[in-house]
This record gives sequence, C-alpha cells and structure tokens, in this order.
Amino acid sequence: MIVPLGHVFLLAGFVFAMGLVCLVARRNLIMTLIGVEVMMNGAAIAFVAAALRWQLMEGQAFVLFILAVAAAEISVGLALVVSVYRRTGSIDPDHYDILKW
Amino acid sequence: MTLFGAIFYLLAALILLATAMAITRRQPVHAVLYLIVAFLGTAALFFLLGAPLLAAFMVIVYAGAIMVLVLFVIMLFQQSPRELGLLSEWGPGVLLGAIFLTVAVAMVFKDPGSGIVLQGAVAKPKDFGRFLFERYWLAVEIVSILLLVALVAIIHLGKRRGAEKIEK
Repeated sequence: MIVPLGHVFLLAGFVFAMGLVCLVARRNLIMTLIGVEVMMNGAAIAFVAAALRWQLMEGQAFVLFILAVAAAEISVGLALVVSVYRRTGSIDPDHYDILKW
Repeated sequence: MTLFGAIFYLLAALILLATAMAITRRQPVHAVLYLIVAFLGTAALFFLLGAPLLAAFMVIVYAGAIMVLVLFVIMLFQQSPRELGLLSEWGPGVLLGAIFLTVAVAMVFKDPGSGIVLQGAVAKPKDFGRFLFERYWLAVEIVSILLLVALVAIIHLGKRRGAEKIEK
C-alpha cells in the first residue's frame, strides 16, 4: 500500500509541465536542453508508476530506453550547441539571424 | 497514511522543489546542480516504486554522466546570463504549462482507475535483466545502434573547419 496511482501521475504531470515551461521560456540553449531532460524525467516517473500498477515489467524496460534515448539526444544537442556557438559566438537564440532575409 | 505513503510525499515534494529551483536559476551551473538533486530524488522514488535497477541507472547515467557532460559544455561558454522579462519571456511559457496542467489534472481526476492504490512490489535486477534480454532484446540492440549513431554524429559535429580542410 503506497499511494493512489493518480497522485503519482499528478507528480509526473507537474514535473513535465515544469520542463515544458523551462523549454519554452528560457533564452539560453543549455537551459532548453535542461527542460527536455526534466520532461523525460516526468515521463519516466509516469512509466514506473504504471508498471507498478499493472505489475508488469514492460514499463520499467521502457524507462531504460527513455534513459538511453535521453543520453543520446542531449549529447547530440550539446554538440549542436557547441557548433552553433563556434559559428555565431552566442547561445541566446534571439541573436541568431543568419537565416533571416 | 502508511510509512511508504509518507516517504512518497516527501520525495515528491523534494523532486518538485528541486525542479522548480532548477528551471528558475539564472546561472546554468546552479540549475544543473539543483537538477542533480531532483534526479537523485527520482532515483529514490524509483526505489520506492519497486525498480532498484532503474534507480541505480538514474544515479549512474542521468545524474552521473549526463549532468556532468552538461557541466563540461557550460564551462566552454563565457556568457553573462540574460535577465528574463516577466511578461514577454515567462508569460507564454507559463501559459502553455498552465494549459497543459489543467488538461492533465482533469484527465487524472476523471479517470476511475487513478484511485487504485499501488501495491508494493519489487522487480529484482536479476529478473528484470532476464526479462529485458528475453523479450525485448531487439529493442536493446536498436538502442545500442542509436548510441553508436549519436557518437558518430557528435564526432562529426565536433570537428573544426580547419582540420577538415587540411585532411582534404
């Protein structure tokens, strides 16, 4: 007997919403990637809770894949940010205007 | 409220507070440190929800490797942090988050299955490993190929322009 499933889903939802706000509102590319990581954290919490509710291990297997995908994605994202910084000298997305006409 | 319930609410408060602090910091290094606390709280939550191997992976991979990588990359940039306007920058983000939250909370309260109390169970690492490699071995192989592809992409993206020209 732990907690009702809805409470864990509410926690996951709040964490996901905070990651979403960080992704949209911050003007620093690193913080954008942090927002993506927070969202994946929320999704992982939801999956583990669902795995416990149905007493199946598939949910936990999927969390493992979420972890691996998050690692691959943030590494490529950071490589892109470094590449863009070398090109433009700034990591503030409001300063990118090379493609503007 | 049982002991496990009390531990859950404590961990939930820790995760929410640490994440809220992380997304509102002006310096990215501070944000990463608060996020590490949030991930450690999530790992403890996974222990509570019966996933000890996943909790270990969260600490080793997420808090231990990914956040350290982000810290290294942050150290490459010298940038004075920009002040974020209340309405122009936080406004749309908070509005989006609020809309998402209303929908999510409404879904959770409408669902009759969300009142079911979770029963404690533990997926032992040995059983979980056997399950993963017996039933989902293909997904594991595909994930390894994904990591290889990411590695090749990073090496290519990280090359400096000058070095490429000299090779050709």
